[in-house]
Amino acid sequence: MTPLVVSIVAAVASVVLLVVVLELIRSRRLRERYALLWLATGVVLLVLSAWRSGLNTIAGWVGVTGYPPAVLFAVATLFILLVLLDYSTVISKLSDQNTVLAQRLALLEQQLRERR
Amino acid sequence: MAELVETVPRTVDPRLAGVKRIAIVPAFNEQETIVRVIDEIRGFDPELEIVVVDDGSRDRTAVVAEQHGAHVVRLPFNLGIGGAVQTGFRYAFDEGFRLAVRLDGDGQHDASQLGRLLEPVLAGEADIAVGSRFLDVGATDWSGYRSSRPRRLGITILAYTVSLLVGRRVTDPTSGFQALNRHAIGLFAADYPHDIPEVEAVLLLHKHRLRMVEVPVLMRERGGGRSSIGAVFAVYYMVKVLLALFVGLFRKNVTPLEDTK
Repeated sequence: MTPLVVSIVAAVASVVLLVVVLELIRSRRLRERYALLWLATGVVLLVLSAWRSGLNTIAGWVGVTGYPPAVLFAVATLFILLVLLDYSTVISKLSDQNTVLAQRLALLEQQLRERR
Repeated sequence: MAELVETVPRTVDPRLAGVKRIAIVPAFNEQETIVRVIDEIRGFDPELEIVVVDDGSRDRTAVVAEQHGAHVVRLPFNLGIGGAVQTGFRYAFDEGFRLAVRLDGDGQHDASQLGRLLEPVLAGEADIAVGSRFLDVGATDWSGYRSSRPRRLGITILAYTVSLLVGRRVTDPTSGFQALNRHAIGLFAADYPHDIPEVEAVLLLHKHRLRMVEVPVLMRERGGGRSSIGAVFAVYYMVKVLLALFVGLFRKNVTPLEDTK
């Protein structure tokens, strides 16, 4: 069984994550689009840390017999990987768009110079 | 008979005389329908200027629209409907338009109903009028297109949530068929939601105390092209919008653009 202190600390950490993400959206520093995965991370971790018997059961399914909280780490890692992958695609799109913007701007400047 | 129709003077509302007005038409790959949309707008009011915001189309939308005499703003890549429409509002504000209407480039909004939409704005009763497919007018021949069944369920959920938040019944919060005065143009030019913006915009209007009214309209099925919303995206979008609505309640207002006088 997961030690009670581990459950409490994990639950508190999840709540802090959720609050920070929501505040970032509210203050317009984070768009909803990019917050959804973080919120999902926070909610799943909160559920897994508060629902202690559930965590035990899941640990049993995946063959973690010694130390159930290891499942918490595994799930957290999985979500962080998902967020990183998502951000990689976002960065790729941004670089493509940045190229287009630079080209358009350079062409516009060139047109302006020739008209002067 | 055709002659007779042509000699009937166009009945443009006299209150529109001398008012600088514009139709904002966001379009993404709408080369099949954009000409008809432009013609219909001219048919309603030949002095209504038209700006087509081409949201990074890969077809000939921009070329076709320009050939038909519309102002065309070409975005260098697809921004999504929110970014595209806001470009139109910025254009309208910068160019000093007092009145704007917004219709989609896919032909689902019928320009002949613009008069109905403009009425409350011209009468000074509203800053923005939104065409609703779901307002009951008690007429039996009233059978416009009301979207597919699953989509209607989504709209119902959003309508219920928005109504709760703004404390007033809103029946069609996803409608992009709108008429706006300069206050509303200035607000949306300064602050407009991303992606699919209309639902969040209702809350935005409420927070800025602008007066919004819904007007019953008939809509058509889109004339061509594809809807910007697929099934998976629809679910994601619902979650995103609900989140944005609740967080939006606690957001600080952005200062709307205003005329310096």
